[in-house]
Amino acid sequence: MSGQASPLSRFWAEFRESRIALAALVVVVLIVGVAVLAPLVAPQNPYDLANLALMDARRPPGYVGSGGFTHWLGTDAQGRDLLSAILYGLRISLQMGLIAGSVAFVVGVSLGLGAAYLGGRWEAFIMRIIDLQLAFPAILLALVLSAMLGQGKAQLITALVAAQYAYFARTAHGAASAERGKDYVEAALSTPLPAWQVVFRHILPNCLPPLIVVATVQVANAIALEATLSFLGVGLPVTEPSLGMLIANGFQYMLSGRYWISIYPGIALILLIVAINLVGDQIRDQVNPRLKR
Amino acid sequence: MLGHVIERLVQALAVMLVMSALVFTGVYAIGNPIDVLIGPDVTQQIRLDTIARYGLDRPLYEQYFTFLGRILQGDFGRSFVFGMPVLELILSRLPATLELTLAAVCGAALIGIPAGIYAGYRPDGLPAKIIMAVSILGFSVPTFWIGLVLIITFAVELQWLPAGGRGTTATLFGVEWSFLTLNGLSHLLLPALNLAFFKLALMTRLARAGTREVMLTDTVKFARAAGLSEWTVLRRHVLRLIAIPIVTVFGLEFASTLAFAVVTETIFSWPGIGKLIIDSITSLDRPVMVAYLMLVAFVFITINFLVDLAYVGLDPRLRKARA
Amino acid sequence: MTRPSQNGPLLEVDDLATHFFTRAGVIRAVDGVSFSLKRGEVMGLVGESGSGKSVTGFSLLGLIDPPGRIVSGSVRFDGQDLVALPPAQLRRLRGRKIAMVFQDPATTLNPVVTIGDQMRMALEAHGVRGEQRTRERSVAVLTRVGIPDAARRLKAYPHEFSGGMRQRVAIAIALLHDPALLIADEPTTALDVSIQAQILAEMRGLVADLGMALIWISHDLATVSSLADSIAVMYAGRIVEAGPTAAVLRDPRHHYTRGLLDSLPARAEPGRDLVQIPGTTPSLLALPPGCAFAPRCPRADETCLAMPALVSDGLRRHRCHHPLGLEGAP
Repeated sequence: MSGQASPLSRFWAEFRESRIALAALVVVVLIVGVAVLAPLVAPQNPYDLANLALMDARRPPGYVGSGGFTHWLGTDAQGRDLLSAILYGLRISLQMGLIAGSVAFVVGVSLGLGAAYLGGRWEAFIMRIIDLQLAFPAILLALVLSAMLGQGKAQLITALVAAQYAYFARTAHGAASAERGKDYVEAALSTPLPAWQVVFRHILPNCLPPLIVVATVQVANAIALEATLSFLGVGLPVTEPSLGMLIANGFQYMLSGRYWISIYPGIALILLIVAINLVGDQIRDQVNPRLKR
Repeated sequence: MLGHVIERLVQALAVMLVMSALVFTGVYAIGNPIDVLIGPDVTQQIRLDTIARYGLDRPLYEQYFTFLGRILQGDFGRSFVFGMPVLELILSRLPATLELTLAAVCGAALIGIPAGIYAGYRPDGLPAKIIMAVSILGFSVPTFWIGLVLIITFAVELQWLPAGGRGTTATLFGVEWSFLTLNGLSHLLLPALNLAFFKLALMTRLARAGTREVMLTDTVKFARAAGLSEWTVLRRHVLRLIAIPIVTVFGLEFASTLAFAVVTETIFSWPGIGKLIIDSITSLDRPVMVAYLMLVAFVFITINFLVDLAYVGLDPRLRKARA
Repeated sequence: MTRPSQNGPLLEVDDLATHFFTRAGVIRAVDGVSFSLKRGEVMGLVGESGSGKSVTGFSLLGLIDPPGRIVSGSVRFDGQDLVALPPAQLRRLRGRKIAMVFQDPATTLNPVVTIGDQMRMALEAHGVRGEQRTRERSVAVLTRVGIPDAARRLKAYPHEFSGGMRQRVAIAIALLHDPALLIADEPTTALDVSIQAQILAEMRGLVADLGMALIWISHDLATVSSLADSIAVMYAGRIVEAGPTAAVLRDPRHHYTRGLLDSLPARAEPGRDLVQIPGTTPSLLALPPGCAFAPRCPRADETCLAMPALVSDGLRRHRCHHPLGLEGAP
């Protein structure tokens, strides 16, 4: 009970105690790092056609290609260096996950807080719709929407947001309803501060811990969902080859033993999602007051 | 109690109505279905005739009411692609999906709940850590990827199990089922495993979280103080106390598993409604899409209703409040 | 129940220590507690929340959850050392020879199991089986603790009882096997004052009729004094004073006991403010060296920086360098 330490540093100290979570965090940071720096660290720009030679196509890992460097993870059907393709793919997957997650966060939290703030009929109406949607499988919604809207980044993000905002709304509403009844909110509401300021300056910060947990899980889910949609052929266009599409492209060669074209992008995808979820899991355990010792 | 049931039934009907309107406008308002029906090189006359024949020239709300009227008579229209009544088409594919989903959800519950209770009972032991690691993997790894790995491992490398199709089926109640033959079972195993993985992780985590919290309560302490064995405490107290959230999720997940079957059926070429809907989406076969979505909505609402009834059975506190 | 130790103490706790090994450090919740109890004797274990009185109760039954554990000491019950007993044998004693009831009956009883089933589980745990036998025993004990129409109420769920009735059900479960010792952990704290009085009266009757020893754990000196033959006062994990109830109340040795007595409304002169003990209970993680009560004690000086020993004079014990009523004694 060292009262001096700030909540954040205490949180960090507790987080560090879990080696698995710490390792997962390192993996997340590393993956985000190489994805951001992909043009600098990738051996090849896989989407510059001038770099590609058909004779390098579908070569196994370790093959030294006509570019004069070793393809550590092999090459795909177009003769792309798979490692480079994965790094660029991670970039797209992460981008989709983060954008969709952030937009869903903003939309969902606004709706959830709004419902809790408005109360009465509006609250009942908004939450009823959100409950209804939560009962409906996210993947189906995303599938139908992306099929309807057509292929493209904006369309996919719309589909992902539509599939995910409800989780944020539910969580924000639950936390905000609990906060609303507390004395400090009553006190803040009785000051001349505008009500929306009370909501954002007082209620929102107190709802953040559960929302952060949901956000980590939902970013991971968005990445997985995007990969699934792209794998099923209703996600991103071929000009935006995310990890899901790399896996789908390799699927047809899998049965003939050229496993690496699908497997390595898959491993990268799983590493990323598992690492994010492990971090989220630790945060969840730490913010759950019922498990406090 | 009866009043409660009726109230819930009315609610369910209202929800179905809202869903039908949403699905109908969602599917029909976007894009132009006529382009799927006819080739680009037909004459304008044929084009107009086709539009008129499918009622596509009517205002949207009129189309909706026509659609609603037909649904009430069990007529979901004809598939643009297959040229047969949609209801017939979906019903012919439903048993395959039902069989797959049931196998997956039951398997997940039978393995996941005991594993989760154990992990929650001894949260610091090595087995619990392994169970949780596997469950995080099951939670994180996309279904399609697990499907690929299963095929690579058991179908391609080991050649133990087939990679696709339903295999030999046998007839029961006039419907073809795979699980009734050995060959069919071998075809069912991989896709069911694939579909179960995510649910398994979910059930495990749910049971673990519930058990962890219940184990810290005075109820468990009091039971131990009365000399009950750990086994009795787990079976008679903990299981009853965590049953309520688990039944909810079991019900809801059954319905969402129907949806996830889309992915599994695509990978394993399992001829169910999931495969059908993916094909319909890519070919923009709207009547099939609408009917499928209505069916999923119906299953959802039915299950929600049943879960609600199950609550009352599981939680005596509700029985009194709602009687 | 014909044991050679019939005339000796039923329970002898010696130097018991239960510590919790948490992230923030080791919490010495119980640290060197000793006391003994004769058959049929009622002892009040008094202290503020966090003083270690409940942990003491749970330690006797071996019901300490990780990260806590009994680190030393012994609990001799009816000739057996419970601390050294294998878990399976300890379980066979729990509920049969030693039973316990808790503070809040709303959380101790399982809300989704009928009380009849809960009683049957407790009976079957110690080999009483069969629909007929379990039913008869349950009805008999429920009636004994004052539940009207017991046979019919076996099918009821806990939420169908009032708070006081629920606690009676919990007490009935504890009494199913006629235990030699009952540990009651603040069993009336969660109840209304009028119900408290009823339960207290009920307990007095039960103890007298059944010849059962009772450890009554409470923060409330007033309820304890109306029930207990002897009192042990705990502070920060240690017993600071113990002795026959009348003697302790009339003539407390420890300044903490004095403070507790002065803060009782019944003892205050009408029209005057109640006296409060200054300061707050120390954190068990950051105990001061020596006597833990020293920072709040009016008589503390530098000698109190050393831990006072538990001094015994006849029937009474105290842990203070400057005991009241014995000025000048070592």
